[in-house]
Amino acid sequence: MAELNTGDSGGGKDKKVRSKKQNSKVDLTAMVDLAFLLITFFMLTTTLSKPQAMELGLPDKEKPNEEDQNIKVDENRTMTIMLGDNDKLVRYVGLLATPVAGGAPKDFIYGKEGIRKELLSRKAAVLKYTGDPKKGMIVIIKPGKKSNYRNLVDILDEMAIVDVPTYAIVNDFSPEETKLLEGNKK
Amino acid sequence: MAGKSSKKAASIDMTAMCDVAFLLLTFFILTATAKIPEALPVDTPSSTVQTKLPESNLATLTIGGKGKVFFDLKGREVRIRTLELMSQKYGVEFTDEEKAKFSLMEGIGVPIGNLKQLIGMKTAERSKAGQPGIPKDSLDNQLSDWVKNARIANNEANNANGSKEELHIAIKGDAKEEYPSIRKVMDILQDQGVNTFSLVTGLRGKNF
Repeated sequence: MAELNTGDSGGGKDKKVRSKKQNSKVDLTAMVDLAFLLITFFMLTTTLSKPQAMELGLPDKEKPNEEDQNIKVDENRTMTIMLGDNDKLVRYVGLLATPVAGGAPKDFIYGKEGIRKELLSRKAAVLKYTGDPKKGMIVIIKPGKKSNYRNLVDILDEMAIVDVPTYAIVNDFSPEETKLLEGNKK
Repeated sequence: MAGKSSKKAASIDMTAMCDVAFLLLTFFILTATAKIPEALPVDTPSSTVQTKLPESNLATLTIGGKGKVFFDLKGREVRIRTLELMSQKYGVEFTDEEKAKFSLMEGIGVPIGNLKQLIGMKTAERSKAGQPGIPKDSLDNQLSDWVKNARIANNEANNANGSKEELHIAIKGDAKEEYPSIRKVMDILQDQGVNTFSLVTGLRGKNF
Protein backbone atom coordinates (compact mmCIF):
# COMPACT_ATOMS: atom_id res chain seq x y z
CA MET A 1 0.00 0.00 0.00
CA ALA A 2 2.71 2.30 1.01
CA GLU A 3 4.52 1.59 -2.24
CA LEU A 4 1.51 2.57 -4.24
CA ASN A 5 1.34 6.01 -2.66
CA THR A 6 3.65 8.15 -4.65
CA GLY A 7 3.87 10.48 -1.70
CA ASP A 8 3.69 13.72 -3.63
CA SER A 9 2.06 15.45 -0.69
CA GLY A 10 5.19 14.92 1.28
CA GLY A 11 3.34 14.08 4.49
CA GLY A 12 4.93 12.46 7.48
CA LYS A 13 4.87 8.79 8.29
CA ASP A 14 2.14 9.09 10.95
CA LYS A 15 -0.22 10.57 8.38
CA LYS A 16 0.19 7.57 6.14
CA VAL A 17 -0.69 5.20 8.92
CA ARG A 18 -3.86 7.10 9.71
CA SER A 19 -5.02 7.07 6.11
CA LYS A 20 -4.45 3.33 6.04
CA LYS A 21 -6.69 2.89 9.05
CA GLN A 22 -9.45 4.89 7.47
CA ASN A 23 -9.29 2.94 4.25
CA SER A 24 -9.72 -0.34 6.05
CA LYS A 25 -13.21 0.71 7.07
CA VAL A 26 -15.55 0.57 4.10
CA ASP A 27 -18.72 2.59 4.29
CA LEU A 28 -21.44 -0.06 4.26
CA THR A 29 -24.42 2.29 4.31
CA ALA A 30 -25.05 2.11 0.59
CA MET A 31 -24.70 -1.67 0.64
CA VAL A 32 -27.23 -1.96 3.47
CA ASP A 33 -29.59 0.33 1.58
CA LEU A 34 -29.34 -1.89 -1.45
CA ALA A 35 -29.81 -5.05 0.60
CA PHE A 36 -32.95 -3.75 2.24
CA LEU A 37 -34.32 -2.57 -1.06
CA LEU A 38 -33.89 -6.06 -2.46
CA ILE A 39 -35.42 -7.61 0.67
CA THR A 40 -38.47 -5.40 0.29
CA PHE A 41 -38.72 -6.32 -3.35
CA PHE A 42 -38.55 -10.05 -2.72
CA MET A 43 -40.98 -9.90 0.20
CA LEU A 44 -43.55 -8.03 -1.83
CA THR A 45 -43.21 -10.14 -4.93
CA THR A 46 -43.52 -13.42 -3.02
CA THR A 47 -46.67 -12.38 -1.18
CA LEU A 48 -48.33 -10.42 -3.95
CA SER A 49 -47.74 -12.85 -6.78
CA LYS A 50 -50.27 -15.37 -5.50
CA PRO A 51 -53.26 -15.13 -7.78
CA GLN A 52 -56.64 -14.12 -6.48
CA ALA A 53 -59.46 -16.56 -6.87
CA MET A 54 -63.19 -16.31 -6.78
CA GLU A 55 -65.09 -19.20 -5.29
CA LEU A 56 -67.98 -20.44 -7.38
CA GLY A 57 -70.41 -23.10 -6.29
CA LEU A 58 -72.81 -24.46 -8.86
CA PRO A 59 -75.89 -26.56 -8.14
CA ASP A 60 -75.72 -30.28 -8.72
CA LYS A 61 -76.25 -31.18 -12.32
CA GLU A 62 -78.05 -34.49 -11.76
CA LYS A 63 -81.61 -33.27 -11.91
CA PRO A 64 -81.93 -30.33 -14.23
CA ASN A 65 -84.92 -28.05 -13.96
CA GLU A 66 -85.98 -29.60 -10.69
CA GLU A 67 -85.88 -26.21 -9.08
CA ASP A 68 -88.10 -24.73 -11.73
CA GLN A 69 -90.66 -27.44 -11.30
CA ASN A 70 -90.82 -27.92 -7.60
CA ILE A 71 -89.87 -24.75 -5.90
CA LYS A 72 -92.11 -21.83 -6.57
CA VAL A 73 -90.27 -18.59 -6.22
CA ASP A 74 -91.97 -15.29 -5.80
CA GLU A 75 -91.33 -13.48 -9.08
CA ASN A 76 -91.18 -10.20 -7.23
CA ARG A 77 -87.90 -11.31 -5.74
CA THR A 78 -86.15 -12.34 -8.90
CA MET A 79 -84.08 -10.30 -11.24
CA THR A 80 -82.80 -11.86 -14.43
CA ILE A 81 -79.59 -10.53 -15.91
CA MET A 82 -78.72 -11.53 -19.44
CA LEU A 83 -75.26 -11.02 -20.83
CA GLY A 84 -74.79 -10.39 -24.53
CA ASP A 85 -71.92 -9.62 -26.84
CA ASN A 86 -69.98 -6.34 -26.81
CA ASP A 87 -70.50 -6.01 -23.06
CA LYS A 88 -74.26 -5.67 -23.38
CA LEU A 89 -76.35 -6.41 -20.36
CA VAL A 90 -80.13 -6.60 -20.16
CA ARG A 91 -82.04 -7.08 -16.99
CA TYR A 92 -85.68 -7.55 -16.15
CA VAL A 93 -87.43 -8.04 -12.86
CA GLY A 94 -90.06 -10.68 -12.37
CA LEU A 95 -91.37 -12.60 -15.34
CA LEU A 96 -90.48 -11.48 -18.83
CA ALA A 97 -94.13 -11.40 -19.98
CA THR A 98 -95.35 -9.60 -16.90
CA PRO A 99 -92.48 -7.67 -15.34
CA VAL A 100 -92.82 -5.98 -12.01
CA ALA A 101 -93.44 -2.25 -12.10
CA GLY A 102 -90.29 -0.52 -13.28
CA GLY A 103 -88.75 -3.87 -14.12
CA ALA A 104 -89.28 -4.03 -17.85
CA PRO A 105 -86.28 -5.23 -19.85
CA LYS A 106 -83.69 -2.51 -19.97
CA ASP A 107 -80.05 -2.14 -20.94
CA PHE A 108 -77.46 -1.45 -18.33
CA ILE A 109 -73.72 -0.99 -18.31
CA TYR A 110 -71.30 -2.81 -16.05
CA GLY A 111 -69.89 -1.16 -13.00
CA LYS A 112 -70.63 1.31 -10.30
CA GLU A 113 -72.94 3.62 -12.22
CA GLY A 114 -74.78 0.94 -14.12
CA ILE A 115 -76.00 -2.36 -12.84
CA ARG A 116 -74.75 -1.89 -9.29
CA LYS A 117 -77.10 1.02 -8.57
CA GLU A 118 -79.97 -1.01 -9.93
CA LEU A 119 -79.00 -4.06 -7.90
CA LEU A 120 -78.72 -2.05 -4.70
CA SER A 121 -82.06 -0.29 -5.13
CA ARG A 122 -83.77 -3.54 -6.14
CA LYS A 123 -82.25 -5.35 -3.19
CA ALA A 124 -83.64 -2.75 -0.81
CA ALA A 125 -87.02 -2.88 -2.53
CA VAL A 126 -87.18 -6.68 -2.22
CA LEU A 127 -86.35 -6.54 1.48
CA LYS A 128 -89.09 -3.99 1.97
CA TYR A 129 -91.49 -6.18 0.02
CA THR A 130 -90.81 -9.43 1.87
CA GLY A 131 -90.03 -7.86 5.21
CA ASP A 132 -87.86 -10.87 5.99
CA PRO A 133 -84.06 -10.62 5.82
CA LYS A 134 -83.88 -14.30 4.97
CA LYS A 135 -85.92 -13.81 1.82
CA GLY A 136 -83.70 -11.50 -0.13
CA MET A 137 -83.31 -10.89 -3.79
CA ILE A 138 -82.67 -13.72 -6.20
CA VAL A 139 -80.57 -12.97 -9.24
CA ILE A 140 -80.55 -15.25 -12.24
CA ILE A 141 -77.53 -14.77 -14.44
CA LYS A 142 -77.89 -15.88 -18.03
CA PRO A 143 -74.68 -15.57 -19.99
CA GLY A 144 -75.41 -15.57 -23.69
CA LYS A 145 -73.40 -17.45 -26.28
CA LYS A 146 -71.61 -14.33 -27.38
CA SER A 147 -70.75 -13.08 -23.93
CA ASN A 148 -67.18 -13.48 -22.77
CA TYR A 149 -65.56 -14.64 -19.59
CA ARG A 150 -64.85 -11.12 -18.40
CA ASN A 151 -68.58 -10.35 -18.43
CA LEU A 152 -69.28 -13.39 -16.29
CA VAL A 153 -66.59 -12.56 -13.77
CA ASP A 154 -67.69 -8.92 -13.69
CA ILE A 155 -71.26 -9.81 -12.91
CA LEU A 156 -70.22 -12.37 -10.29
CA ASP A 157 -68.06 -9.70 -8.77
CA GLU A 158 -71.05 -7.36 -8.64
CA MET A 159 -72.93 -10.07 -6.78
CA ALA A 160 -70.12 -10.19 -4.24
CA ILE A 161 -69.96 -6.40 -3.92
CA VAL A 162 -73.70 -5.89 -3.59
CA ASP A 163 -73.91 -9.01 -1.42
CA VAL A 164 -76.82 -10.59 -3.20
CA PRO A 165 -77.94 -13.50 -1.01
CA THR A 166 -78.95 -15.88 -3.78
CA TYR A 167 -77.74 -16.00 -7.33
CA ALA A 168 -77.51 -18.69 -9.94
CA ILE A 169 -76.06 -19.14 -13.38
CA VAL A 170 -78.67 -20.48 -15.75
CA ASN A 171 -77.94 -21.52 -19.30
CA ASP A 172 -81.45 -21.95 -20.69
CA PHE A 173 -82.76 -19.19 -22.86
CA SER A 174 -86.40 -18.91 -23.85
CA PRO A 175 -87.02 -17.74 -27.44
CA GLU A 176 -88.26 -14.40 -26.15
CA GLU A 177 -85.12 -13.88 -24.16
CA THR A 178 -82.91 -14.74 -27.11
CA LYS A 179 -84.83 -12.26 -29.19
CA LEU A 180 -84.43 -9.62 -26.54
CA LEU A 181 -80.71 -10.18 -26.28
CA GLU A 182 -80.11 -10.32 -30.01
CA GLY A 183 -82.41 -7.47 -30.88
CA ASN A 184 -80.40 -5.55 -28.38
CA LYS A 185 -77.45 -5.47 -30.72
CA LYS A 186 -78.90 -2.86 -33.04
CA MET B 1 -7.40 16.66 13.80
CA ALA B 2 -10.44 17.27 15.93
CA GLY B 3 -12.67 17.43 12.86
CA LYS B 4 -11.46 14.07 11.67
CA SER B 5 -12.19 12.29 14.93
CA SER B 6 -15.74 13.69 15.06
CA LYS B 7 -16.34 12.34 11.52
CA LYS B 8 -15.31 8.92 12.66
CA ALA B 9 -17.77 8.97 15.53
CA ALA B 10 -20.68 9.90 13.24
CA SER B 11 -20.29 6.81 11.08
CA ILE B 12 -21.90 3.76 12.67
CA ASP B 13 -20.49 0.34 12.10
CA MET B 14 -22.76 -1.14 9.46
CA THR B 15 -21.17 -4.56 9.27
CA ALA B 16 -23.65 -6.36 11.49
CA MET B 17 -26.62 -4.69 9.88
CA CYS B 18 -25.29 -5.60 6.49
CA ASP B 19 -24.89 -9.20 7.60
CA VAL B 20 -28.48 -9.35 8.80
CA ALA B 21 -29.79 -7.67 5.67
CA PHE B 22 -28.02 -10.10 3.38
CA LEU B 23 -29.06 -13.07 5.48
CA LEU B 24 -32.69 -12.03 5.09
CA LEU B 25 -32.16 -11.33 1.44
CA THR B 26 -30.74 -14.81 0.88
CA PHE B 27 -33.67 -16.31 2.76
CA PHE B 28 -36.23 -14.51 0.63
CA ILE B 29 -34.48 -15.33 -2.61
CA LEU B 30 -34.29 -19.00 -1.72
CA THR B 31 -37.88 -19.28 -0.53
CA ALA B 32 -39.22 -17.44 -3.57
CA THR B 33 -40.21 -20.13 -6.01
CA ALA B 34 -38.92 -19.67 -9.48
CA LYS B 35 -41.77 -18.73 -11.72
CA ILE B 36 -42.29 -21.38 -14.35
CA PRO B 37 -43.23 -19.76 -17.64
CA GLU B 38 -46.84 -20.36 -18.41
CA ALA B 39 -47.61 -22.68 -21.25
CA LEU B 40 -50.59 -20.60 -22.30
CA PRO B 41 -50.40 -16.98 -21.24
CA VAL B 42 -53.83 -15.60 -20.49
CA ASP B 43 -55.13 -12.23 -19.44
CA THR B 44 -57.37 -12.94 -16.48
CA PRO B 45 -60.27 -10.62 -15.75
CA SER B 46 -60.05 -8.67 -12.52
CA SER B 47 -62.32 -8.78 -9.52
CA THR B 48 -62.47 -7.32 -6.04
CA VAL B 49 -62.29 -10.61 -4.15
CA GLN B 50 -59.30 -11.05 -1.89
CA THR B 51 -59.22 -14.83 -1.51
CA LYS B 52 -55.92 -16.37 -2.49
CA LEU B 53 -55.49 -19.65 -4.26
CA PRO B 54 -54.09 -22.52 -2.21
CA GLU B 55 -50.46 -23.50 -2.77
CA SER B 56 -51.01 -27.22 -2.87
CA ASN B 57 -53.91 -29.55 -3.68
CA LEU B 58 -54.56 -27.52 -6.76
CA ALA B 59 -55.26 -28.27 -10.38
CA THR B 60 -55.51 -25.34 -12.76
CA LEU B 61 -57.39 -25.46 -16.02
CA THR B 62 -56.26 -22.64 -18.22
CA ILE B 63 -58.65 -21.67 -20.98
CA GLY B 64 -57.59 -19.33 -23.73
CA GLY B 65 -56.93 -18.92 -27.40
CA LYS B 66 -60.36 -19.92 -28.73
CA GLY B 67 -61.21 -22.79 -26.46
CA LYS B 68 -57.79 -24.35 -25.89
CA VAL B 69 -57.55 -25.95 -22.49
CA PHE B 70 -54.30 -26.53 -20.64
CA PHE B 71 -53.96 -28.62 -17.54
CA ASP B 72 -51.62 -27.94 -14.66
CA LEU B 73 -51.22 -29.65 -11.33
CA LYS B 74 -49.32 -28.82 -8.16
CA GLY B 75 -47.18 -31.30 -6.28
CA ARG B 76 -44.54 -33.59 -7.78
CA GLU B 77 -45.79 -36.85 -6.31
CA VAL B 78 -49.33 -36.18 -7.40
CA ARG B 79 -48.20 -35.31 -10.90
CA ILE B 80 -46.24 -38.53 -11.27
CA ARG B 81 -49.12 -40.62 -10.00
CA THR B 82 -51.54 -38.82 -12.32
CA LEU B 83 -49.30 -39.51 -15.27
CA GLU B 84 -49.11 -43.19 -14.32
CA LEU B 85 -52.88 -43.44 -14.14
CA MET B 86 -53.20 -41.71 -17.48
CA SER B 87 -50.63 -43.98 -19.11
CA GLN B 88 -52.51 -47.02 -17.82
CA LYS B 89 -55.74 -45.75 -19.24
CA TYR B 90 -54.42 -44.75 -22.66
CA GLY B 91 -51.71 -47.38 -22.97
CA VAL B 92 -48.88 -44.90 -23.41
CA GLU B 93 -45.75 -45.91 -21.54
CA PHE B 94 -43.46 -43.39 -19.89
CA THR B 95 -40.00 -44.01 -18.53
CA ASP B 96 -39.06 -42.98 -15.00
CA GLU B 97 -36.94 -40.21 -16.43
CA GLU B 98 -39.88 -38.82 -18.36
CA LYS B 99 -42.08 -39.02 -15.30
CA ALA B 100 -39.54 -37.09 -13.28
CA LYS B 101 -39.32 -34.49 -16.00
CA PHE B 102 -43.10 -34.26 -16.19
CA SER B 103 -43.30 -33.65 -12.45
CA LEU B 104 -41.32 -30.44 -12.87
CA MET B 105 -43.01 -29.20 -16.00
CA GLU B 106 -45.43 -26.38 -16.47
CA GLY B 107 -48.98 -26.92 -17.67
CA ILE B 108 -49.57 -29.20 -20.61
CA GLY B 109 -51.87 -28.74 -23.56
CA VAL B 110 -51.37 -31.69 -25.87
CA PRO B 111 -53.22 -34.96 -26.45
CA ILE B 112 -51.77 -37.83 -24.46
CA GLY B 113 -50.27 -39.35 -27.59
CA ASN B 114 -48.05 -36.32 -28.09
CA LEU B 115 -47.11 -35.95 -24.46
CA LYS B 116 -43.94 -38.03 -24.79
CA GLN B 117 -42.72 -35.74 -27.51
CA LEU B 118 -43.57 -32.68 -25.42
CA ILE B 119 -41.69 -33.99 -22.40
CA GLY B 120 -38.66 -34.55 -24.61
CA MET B 121 -38.51 -30.89 -25.60
CA LYS B 122 -36.55 -28.18 -23.87
CA THR B 123 -38.50 -25.59 -21.87
CA ALA B 124 -37.90 -22.85 -24.41
CA GLU B 125 -39.02 -25.11 -27.27
CA ARG B 126 -42.12 -26.14 -25.38
CA SER B 127 -43.44 -22.63 -25.03
CA LYS B 128 -42.99 -22.09 -28.75
CA ALA B 129 -44.42 -25.44 -29.72
CA GLY B 130 -47.96 -24.13 -30.14
CA GLN B 131 -49.69 -26.78 -28.11
CA PRO B 132 -53.20 -27.44 -29.43
CA GLY B 133 -54.88 -27.91 -26.05
CA ILE B 134 -56.18 -31.06 -24.42
CA PRO B 135 -58.99 -32.79 -26.35
CA LYS B 136 -62.31 -32.36 -24.60
CA ASP B 137 -64.90 -33.64 -27.10
CA SER B 138 -67.45 -36.11 -25.92
CA LEU B 139 -65.76 -38.82 -28.00
CA ASP B 140 -62.25 -38.20 -26.79
CA ASN B 141 -62.55 -36.52 -23.43
CA GLN B 142 -58.99 -36.59 -22.18
CA LEU B 143 -59.47 -33.47 -20.11
CA SER B 144 -62.08 -35.24 -18.04
CA ASP B 145 -59.66 -38.13 -17.48
CA TRP B 146 -56.86 -35.81 -16.49
CA VAL B 147 -59.05 -34.17 -13.88
CA LYS B 148 -60.41 -37.48 -12.66
CA ASN B 149 -57.00 -39.10 -12.36
CA ALA B 150 -55.55 -36.03 -10.70
CA ARG B 151 -58.29 -36.25 -8.12
CA ILE B 152 -57.60 -39.94 -7.56
CA ALA B 153 -53.86 -39.33 -7.26
CA ASN B 154 -54.43 -36.43 -4.92
CA ASN B 155 -56.70 -38.45 -2.70
CA GLU B 156 -54.20 -41.30 -2.57
CA ALA B 157 -51.45 -38.91 -1.57
CA ASN B 158 -53.63 -37.23 1.02
CA ASN B 159 -54.89 -40.49 2.47
CA ALA B 160 -51.30 -41.56 2.96
CA ASN B 161 -50.79 -38.38 4.97
CA GLY B 162 -54.04 -38.88 6.84
CA SER B 163 -55.57 -35.76 5.36
CA LYS B 164 -58.97 -35.77 3.76
CA GLU B 165 -58.60 -32.71 1.61
CA GLU B 166 -60.06 -32.89 -1.87
CA LEU B 167 -58.32 -31.57 -4.93
CA HIS B 168 -59.10 -27.96 -5.46
CA ILE B 169 -59.82 -27.00 -9.05
CA ALA B 170 -59.29 -23.54 -10.43
CA ILE B 171 -60.38 -22.25 -13.80
CA LYS B 172 -58.11 -19.63 -15.26
CA GLY B 173 -59.84 -18.18 -18.25
CA ASP B 174 -58.83 -15.47 -20.64
CA ALA B 175 -61.00 -12.39 -20.30
CA LYS B 176 -61.91 -12.45 -23.97
CA GLU B 177 -62.77 -16.12 -24.07
CA GLU B 178 -66.37 -16.68 -25.10
CA TYR B 179 -68.69 -18.11 -22.53
CA PRO B 180 -69.53 -21.42 -24.28
CA SER B 181 -65.94 -22.65 -24.01
CA ILE B 182 -65.89 -21.80 -20.30
CA ARG B 183 -69.20 -23.52 -19.91
CA LYS B 184 -67.86 -26.62 -21.64
CA VAL B 185 -65.11 -26.93 -19.03
CA MET B 186 -67.55 -26.29 -16.19
CA ASP B 187 -69.78 -29.01 -17.61
CA ILE B 188 -66.89 -31.47 -17.67
CA LEU B 189 -66.20 -30.70 -14.03
CA GLN B 190 -69.83 -30.97 -13.07
CA ASP B 191 -70.15 -34.32 -14.82
CA GLN B 192 -67.67 -35.59 -12.25
CA GLY B 193 -69.56 -34.05 -9.40
CA VAL B 194 -67.16 -31.16 -8.94
CA ASN B 195 -69.58 -28.36 -8.28
CA THR B 196 -67.30 -26.00 -6.46
CA PHE B 197 -64.26 -24.49 -8.04
CA SER B 198 -62.38 -21.22 -8.16
CA LEU B 199 -62.15 -18.70 -10.91
CA VAL B 200 -58.73 -17.14 -11.04
CA THR B 201 -58.91 -13.37 -11.32
CA GLY B 202 -56.59 -10.43 -11.12
CA LEU B 203 -56.77 -7.71 -8.53
CA ARG B 204 -58.95 -4.68 -9.02
CA GLY B 205 -58.88 -1.40 -7.15
CA LYS B 206 -61.12 -1.08 -4.11
CA ASN B 207 -63.15 1.81 -5.42
CA PHE B 208 -64.28 -0.02 -8.51
